[in-house]
Amino acid sequence: MKVIEVHNLTKTFGSFTAVDHVSFEVAEGEIFGFLGANGAGKTTVIRMLCGLLAPTSGKGSVVGYDVSKKAEDVKKNIGYMSQKFSLYEDLSPVENMELFGGIYGMNRKQINKKTEEIIKDLGLTKERRSLVGSLPLGIRQKVAFAVSTFHSPKVVFLDEPTAGVDPMSRRIFWEMIYRASDRGTTFFVTTHYMDEAEYCNRISIMVDGSIKVLDTPERLKNNFGAGTMDEVFQILAGKSKNQVQ
Amino acid sequence: MKALKFLLKKEFLQILRNRFLLAIIVLIPVFELAVLPWAATFEQKNISLCIVDGDHSSYSRRLIEKILSSGYFKLTSHEPDYDHALRRIETGHANLILIIPPAFEKDYVNRQPLKMMLVIDAVDGQKAGLGMSYLSQIILAYNTQIEVEAGNRTGAFINIKPHYRYNDAMRYQNYMVPGILVILVTMMGGMLSALNIVREKEIGTIEQMNVTPVSKSMFILGKLIPFWLLGLINLTIGIFIGWLIYGLFPVGNILNIYLFAFFYLLAFTGFGLMISNFAQTQQQAMLVLIFFLIIFILLSGLFTPISSMPEWAQRVTIFNPVRYFVEIVRLVYMKGSGIHDILPQLYRIFGFIVVFNFLAIVSYRKTQG
Amino acid sequence: MFHIVRDPLTLTIMIILPILLLLILGFAISTEIRNTPFVVFDQSRSAASSKFIAKMDGNAYFTLVNALSSESDLETAFHRGECKLALILPADFGDNVPYREAVDIQLVVDASDPNEGSTLVSYVQLIAAQYQKELIGRASAPDLIQIETKMLYNPQMKGMYQIVPGMIGLIMMLICAYMTSISIAKEKELGTMEILLVSPLRPALIILAKAVPYLFISLTDVALSLLVAYFILGIPIAGNIALIVLLSLVYTLSALALGLLISTVAETQQEAMVLSGIGLMLPSMLLSNLIFPVESMPIPLQAFSYIVPARWYIDGLRDIMIKGLGFKAIVLDFFILLSMCFLLFFVSIKKFKNRL
Repeated sequence: MKVIEVHNLTKTFGSFTAVDHVSFEVAEGEIFGFLGANGAGKTTVIRMLCGLLAPTSGKGSVVGYDVSKKAEDVKKNIGYMSQKFSLYEDLSPVENMELFGGIYGMNRKQINKKTEEIIKDLGLTKERRSLVGSLPLGIRQKVAFAVSTFHSPKVVFLDEPTAGVDPMSRRIFWEMIYRASDRGTTFFVTTHYMDEAEYCNRISIMVDGSIKVLDTPERLKNNFGAGTMDEVFQILAGKSKNQVQ
Repeated sequence: MKALKFLLKKEFLQILRNRFLLAIIVLIPVFELAVLPWAATFEQKNISLCIVDGDHSSYSRRLIEKILSSGYFKLTSHEPDYDHALRRIETGHANLILIIPPAFEKDYVNRQPLKMMLVIDAVDGQKAGLGMSYLSQIILAYNTQIEVEAGNRTGAFINIKPHYRYNDAMRYQNYMVPGILVILVTMMGGMLSALNIVREKEIGTIEQMNVTPVSKSMFILGKLIPFWLLGLINLTIGIFIGWLIYGLFPVGNILNIYLFAFFYLLAFTGFGLMISNFAQTQQQAMLVLIFFLIIFILLSGLFTPISSMPEWAQRVTIFNPVRYFVEIVRLVYMKGSGIHDILPQLYRIFGFIVVFNFLAIVSYRKTQG
Repeated sequence: MFHIVRDPLTLTIMIILPILLLLILGFAISTEIRNTPFVVFDQSRSAASSKFIAKMDGNAYFTLVNALSSESDLETAFHRGECKLALILPADFGDNVPYREAVDIQLVVDASDPNEGSTLVSYVQLIAAQYQKELIGRASAPDLIQIETKMLYNPQMKGMYQIVPGMIGLIMMLICAYMTSISIAKEKELGTMEILLVSPLRPALIILAKAVPYLFISLTDVALSLLVAYFILGIPIAGNIALIVLLSLVYTLSALALGLLISTVAETQQEAMVLSGIGLMLPSMLLSNLIFPVESMPIPLQAFSYIVPARWYIDGLRDIMIKGLGFKAIVLDFFILLSMCFLLFFVSIKKFKNRL
């Protein structure tokens, strides 16, 4: 079953085309990597799929709901974590979880149960009552992940979830993704760390607003005769018009 | 509706953890009520007068005495001639020059018409007007007095007996303090709500909210209720401090003030949230809010009477919610007006509640274009 | 430095709003007594009383809103805020007045605002005296003393002449000090300030680069305000424009320095707003002679007003713009502003270095 279906999705800002006729599909339970240099249009695609930004043209649907027409229905079924880890810094991890759980319609009992599970699972016992603003970046990232998956969404969008985090925390983070993925959650991840790309089931690479390639990491490396994903990326990015990275 | 409970808990937790915010909620009322009533006054106590007495006679001295004993004027200096006196005006030491002509007494005794010159620094039109009318009245009264004494005239037979009501102490602060309460509630309510949503935009937390299925009206309501409550708390602190410092308490039923504030704050918080939605940065929000606050407050009748404004400006004030609150607070505080007296204003506030909050909900965009 | 240019909305707001403010308030704010609503309870219902009421109503100061039929209606009229004066004419008014016999008119005054109350009474007294004079006609001796009044600088006594220079001073404080302090606090709050500070640029340079655009915007606002004042509000610019520019420049710089000072203390935008709101905007509005006369205030406030830059600027601006005086008249204002400017810059740069 296809959880995300995108067909010719386009977004223009004035005369600038940020996303240019992008099409792809993501299957249930998949970890889909969405790669590209800064400014390639990754975040714009994510924002459109989450209903934060209205597409200029084309079609996108998430869990069967059209993102232009049924944005609010899409929102009921997804989780989202942005590169800024937009948590409330003056609330504790538990309070953040409770807030978003409540907004998604969970009742008190469900919230408490889930909170305990997650706190144990992610090893946040010590930090549960500290304010998010006082926590180190690695912990905040865990909390942000917890918040975005708290209401057990079908699809989770992660926009550069590991930006600025140390390699150790990044490894732990990907382990969390795998565990959730095993339970059937679909992940849509953008990143510009090429080593992370290897963790994904399938990846697409965006250059200048359009998808250049889309396949499993192994096949991409074979096709380009490259040893690592980084080399694949270098070959593609070398063709970019505006050479961002 | 269930989501609202969680949204409210979040807002209150954030407010209670913001020490700075809590401090200003208490300190600003104290500051405003302690200072503003003394500073925001149009009272013209001492109009500085400079006299060029060309006569130095008993008549001119008696006139000067009469002028100074009226209490409106402060004599800054006697000058020998107009040029010297003008210099006093230019340097800002005098507001008014009175020139008593030479041979004032002689002319008067000989019943020759004579001219007194008043030269006024009219940059401050109000002060100039007051100075002119006070001084002319004194001089004319002096004229009449001499005529009556000489038996040339009958005295006044139409007597005006003024009864000053509603401010027995004739204290300006009694008038300003209720007005300052309005500024206080309006400023704090408007400022806190106008900065709130836009702050979430700036730090990025609004994204996390926009990606949830929370409904627009729930979100706005979750913002509205805390600031509305803070406004009522602020009003209470303000009323208390007004009583503490000035011994002022509403003559009428204090519940009428709360009743009105209850609705007024719903309207004004909605207004602040609307600004917050339109603005992209806190800086913008603040600038726009200050603009409206200055216009709302200066066109509210708080400082200058609405009846003195030009026709078009009077019509503009119909759309000014602050105006109604100023009227009500003063009516209840000073005259003890009851619920029936304040109904017309209350109905209008309902209109503002609907319009502002509707706009606040509509202008909150979860999806950008 | 180019933040502002990239943010056209803020730029527009900073240029349009002050001008709108000046226009609306320039036209609308007036402290004159006009059209004050009054009610009348006429117990005599005579020709004489009608004539007196007509004289009151026909006056620019007063407007008759209701004729009451009983004294009990009076209370309601006041409680609803319908009137500020109630004129109670006695039953013998019609009989006594034509024969110059004494009558007492009871005048109930809403003295909530005691100043307004006593001014209203004096106007009614004036009208009564005129009415009496007309009744007596030529039978009495004429006034020997005549008063000739000369209104300097503002012959029509327009409120605008007073308010517009004041508003200009306030607007510059708003743009220069208030906005600068917020914009620097914003960089601190969002953490971008640290990035700038670790760059090889000197801190003073960074701060100046942030402040200079606001300086230009506020000078633009001054220029636009003067144009609006002259062409739309019809206020003459009597003095030397170069002097206005000079004085404005010194004032703007001291406002800027104040803004910087605040931003060294404030850690968040909201702190900056409250601090400059209370520390800068309110004093500039209240203690600068903008609308409220400082000399009527209690001594501590008067003393405080001496350290408010807006007070000196507005005073100097009025001297040049309205009174048309030369440099000699503003020497004091100018040098006080200049020394404030140096002092504030010195303190804020020193503080800035220490804090960061």
